[in-house]
Amino acid sequence: MSQRAAAAVESMALRVRERVIRLATGGGCFLGASLSCVDIIVALYTSFLNVTKENLTSSERDVFLLSKGHDVPALYATLAELGFIDGSRLSNHLKPSDHIYWHPNMAVPGVEFHSGSLGHLLAVAVGIALDQRLRRQAARVVVLMGDGELNEGSVWEALLVAAAKRLSNLLIIVDRNGFQANVRTEDLVPLEPLEEKFASFGCGVLRVDGNDTKALQAALSWFPYTEKIVGTLVKGVPQGPSVLIADTIRGKGLRSIEALADRWFCNFTPGEVEALIEELHGSAEARLRSRAVAVR
Amino acid sequence: MSTRSSPSYETVLRDLAAADERIVVMTAENRAAIRRLPEALGERFIDTGINEQTLVGASAGLALRGRVPVVHALATFLTMRAFEFIRTDVGIPGLPVKLIGYVPGLLSEANGPTHQALEDVALMRTIPGMRIFCPGDEADLLLGLPAVLADSVPWYVRFNARRTEIRHSPFAIGRAEVIHEGSDVGILACGALLQEAAEAADLLHQSGVSARLVNVRTLEPLDEWAVVDTIGRCRLVVTVEDHFVRGGLFSAVAELLVRRGIPSHVTPIGLEGWFPPAMFPDVLTCTGFRCDLLADRIRELLNLADSQG
Repeated sequence: MSQRAAAAVESMALRVRERVIRLATGGGCFLGASLSCVDIIVALYTSFLNVTKENLTSSERDVFLLSKGHDVPALYATLAELGFIDGSRLSNHLKPSDHIYWHPNMAVPGVEFHSGSLGHLLAVAVGIALDQRLRRQAARVVVLMGDGELNEGSVWEALLVAAAKRLSNLLIIVDRNGFQANVRTEDLVPLEPLEEKFASFGCGVLRVDGNDTKALQAALSWFPYTEKIVGTLVKGVPQGPSVLIADTIRGKGLRSIEALADRWFCNFTPGEVEALIEELHGSAEARLRSRAVAVR
Repeated sequence: MSTRSSPSYETVLRDLAAADERIVVMTAENRAAIRRLPEALGERFIDTGINEQTLVGASAGLALRGRVPVVHALATFLTMRAFEFIRTDVGIPGLPVKLIGYVPGLLSEANGPTHQALEDVALMRTIPGMRIFCPGDEADLLLGLPAVLADSVPWYVRFNARRTEIRHSPFAIGRAEVIHEGSDVGILACGALLQEAAEAADLLHQSGVSARLVNVRTLEPLDEWAVVDTIGRCRLVVTVEDHFVRGGLFSAVAELLVRRGIPSHVTPIGLEGWFPPAMFPDVLTCTGFRCDLLADRIRELLNLADSQG
């Protein structure tokens, strides 16, 4: 990818972040968890998924599932940037007259399936991947999961099945932002060594900086992953699902909330939101008076 | 598979799948009733292994893509282990997944309480849009399957392939069938106890008691007219089900009558707790569902009702 193209993608990611931050008021949203995966979602839509607003009903399209559904602001903001939905629709956030709330709803164009309860969509993805294979399609299914979500046993159950069925058309991306709700993952239920865990389940595994657009694009271009030995790509026929562990920073882009355990769900004043947007664009750190909200 | 002349659950599924490529049959390695389907269906037979949550989640993914998954697994583990997946991934979007709960109720025989699905109907009744079919025997099951698979919404089928001599009327969603006419007692029954209820009705007739037997095939949608009509025609009404009395047929009937404000006295004959694990005939005896015990119970209830005027 050229420098210019990469810059365009990064510029889009910045606009997505701005849209996301604007949802963190009047009731708020899961801001920290949404900002960590913005670069992943933008990279998917700009350099991997064959999904456009014109082919949303085609069975040949790739399917993207948001299993950590509370990061839906990042998806909606991306869909707005791509014209799947009108950007003004995001101002309906939390209004009962629309479907824009804290978790995804299929009534919003571009949302393939609802989520919210963690540990569900890998199983759903297995079904979609099986259907793609039954139809002899080249289409792929991508599931974005949280690292905290990996606590759910159903994830590992579905992973066993995905490997057993040799679903090489399945890509699992882990938004490894290091937190689950308001606690560091490694302080509660340690996940590392994560590559080895996935590899031992029969997956090809890659690990990249999930906030680095170029690294993400390169990793996506290498799909499907074939190696069983972590760290080296081996040419060959993929035998199972691919896993991309994307190391990210929760709250990425806002230094005043980055990697803070209690800045997962955020509900700021309109003034704070404006200050945060200035901070996003490189100004001084916003001075936040709103109390941190502990959810769950 | 073709050597057997009379149709079975698996031959009906095979034939329906042959005629409709949307149909896939899935299981959590519960193949006793579908042993020959892997060969017949090829890739459209999907065994996920012992994992009901993934089974149901994957069925939702397949249904999302236009498939009609028939999900065959043990009733207890399907409806309880995977309950949230059924509710959230199948129920919320109303996907046309057909959940088949194998060996429900007394049919788990000697497995013990871990395998006794006695609240499966109660759980499925809480999911908006979920339809429920409790066939009275194998013939009833086979009559209902085509309509269940053709319907574009989720279904729970309480599997029952007992063979009986009962002659059924054609299946229609939301319609009960009257198997015996009578006016002393109305027996609203469903599922594996239909045979016992039918034999009890015969015994009652022989002793001069006129019994109306209704096979409440679909609990959702419930045939409200058949229930209300039975209440109006009979001195005493009982429900007979191998399910906890809370949440199943009795509850569905009670909710209907209270909602309609219909004064009535309906006695539940069901289970209040887990039953002693044993082979089916012994279970019928010790739970009081054996036909003669059931007839005795109904006579007692009639005597009690008469003595109370």
